[in-house]
Amino acid sequence: MSDKREELIALIRQASDEVTEIANSTPFGVIIKTESLLSVCELLYKNPTAYFDMLSCVTGIDNGIDTGTMEVIYHLYSIPLNQSIVLKVILPRENPEIESVSTIWKSANWLEREVFDMFGINFKNHPDLRRILMPADWKGYPLRKDYKHEEYYRNIKIEY
Amino acid sequence: MKGLLDQQFEHGGVIITKVDDLLNWSRLSSLFPMTFGLACCAIEFMSTGSTVYDMDRFGMVPRASPRQSDVMIVSGTVTFKMADRIKQLYEQMAEPRYVISMGSCANCGGPYWQHGYHVVKGVDRIIPVDVYVPGCPPRPEALIGGILKLHEKIRNESRMKPTAIEQLIEKESHV
Repeated sequence: MSDKREELIALIRQASDEVTEIANSTPFGVIIKTESLLSVCELLYKNPTAYFDMLSCVTGIDNGIDTGTMEVIYHLYSIPLNQSIVLKVILPRENPEIESVSTIWKSANWLEREVFDMFGINFKNHPDLRRILMPADWKGYPLRKDYKHEEYYRNIKIEY
Repeated sequence: MKGLLDQQFEHGGVIITKVDDLLNWSRLSSLFPMTFGLACCAIEFMSTGSTVYDMDRFGMVPRASPRQSDVMIVSGTVTFKMADRIKQLYEQMAEPRYVISMGSCANCGGPYWQHGYHVVKGVDRIIPVDVYVPGCPPRPEALIGGILKLHEKIRNESRMKPTAIEQLIEKESHV
């Protein structure tokens, strides 16, 4: 198993110059640079030893105002090779922007829309980036740490 | 109490009753609920329609259209995204129409009362509610209890013109 890890990390290093392994992560994961995300994903998708043909999950995390960072986490799975990997990118809290991976995996379309809806992370080159869960005219991004809801939504009081 | 049809008819099958009683009886004996559910309460609502609880014994058959429904059972969490739709469905129902708010979420927001930015804290902020059924989710027995409460309410309705103001005017004019 650890051989496989080394192999995958070596593979990712081809596309990204900065690769840090996340400690105690199951399945194992790496932190990569924001700019190299698309090339790393393309490599992991196409390379026959990786063959990550499924994007299971895209997660957003707001680390809070003090830390000043946001994270986007990609869970990849390879159906024929039965292996998983986690990719993590760290973004600034002000105007968080990341390249969309929906050109590689179709499932990224809705997953990224959800992250955009909840955290306001802008996915560049996304084919249809709009809210997916909240109403289209909702103000603010609810899962941000400093989120304060409006007093009224369409004349309905929000507060209890 | 015996139902109307359980009684023996005499005098050539003619019965004498009040218009209110007849209309109320006919209305409450065939309350068609709208086929409509929002969350886990809808599962209990479905159980209420099953053979065990047999909602049909009250003459209740879920209808697929608000135009054919008499009662809307709001069974579940009302989100802000759903609020407009619920209001629209309610307005599409023909009068007389009734609303049963089923479960804590529809009553007051339930477990989402504090941090549920997306939940309307009670469906009565959008549409008028006749009966509230507590529970999370309420068992079918509780929903049937709510339906019987609604029966009670309908049974006491009246189509008579209110007379209190006229009586008051009459009394004032004599003074």
